[in-house]
Amino acid sequence: MIKVQHDDFDAGNEIAELRGSGVQVGAIVSFVGTVREFSGNDKLVSMTLEHYPIMTQKSLEKIVKQAKSRWDVHEVRLIHRVGCLFPADQIVFVGVSSMHRGQAFMACEFVMDFLKTSAPLWKKECLESGSKWVDEREGDIAALSRWEQV
Amino acid sequence: MLKVCYFAKVREGVGIDEELLVMSEVINDTDRLLDYMRSRGKPWNQVFSQGNKILLAVNHELSNTCRGLEDGDEVGFFPPVTGG
Repeated sequence: MIKVQHDDFDAGNEIAELRGSGVQVGAIVSFVGTVREFSGNDKLVSMTLEHYPIMTQKSLEKIVKQAKSRWDVHEVRLIHRVGCLFPADQIVFVGVSSMHRGQAFMACEFVMDFLKTSAPLWKKECLESGSKWVDEREGDIAALSRWEQV
Repeated sequence: MLKVCYFAKVREGVGIDEELLVMSEVINDTDRLLDYMRSRGKPWNQVFSQGNKILLAVNHELSNTCRGLEDGDEVGFFPPVTGG
């Protein structure tokens, strides 16, 4: 299940869906990304998430497919919000169910690492001092290298 | 025709979100399309200057190397992604 949406989501509901995703499910790992209230020392008023609609869906499907081919997981649920968000709002949910925790932890991190570097989504911060597009982080790119060794 | 879409900082820089370009010998691959963008004067030459990192997708697939373009293709230009 992959969704790109304006609306908020209920992580509890998503986890409940994952719990029911198979009788062999023994582990559920989930990640929720949220809007930080500060960007450096600047107070954030709001954040706008822009995306490339068809490509975003395709890109997320590809990432989830790769995760499922690398690890023995039952289900991956991925929700990414777009539009105007405010401090503490939820941005993204990734949930993975599997028989054992190791596979689910790895798949969840893999999805997030690739989502942050290849899915066509962009954040624009509206700060008290003005607006600016968020720059790519070297750390996000560096995080990909570990998957070459796994 | 070639559909060209612009996103985020690139969209704001060029001032439009999409346009249709007539295919020609001048624009038959992604390198030539980039050259064409840089030849359009301000603000195009600034947005597409070599120092600005711009990613390119052809028919919704990221393209890191030059590839041919055909009538009806869609090209997207955008900055490095920052979702998540």
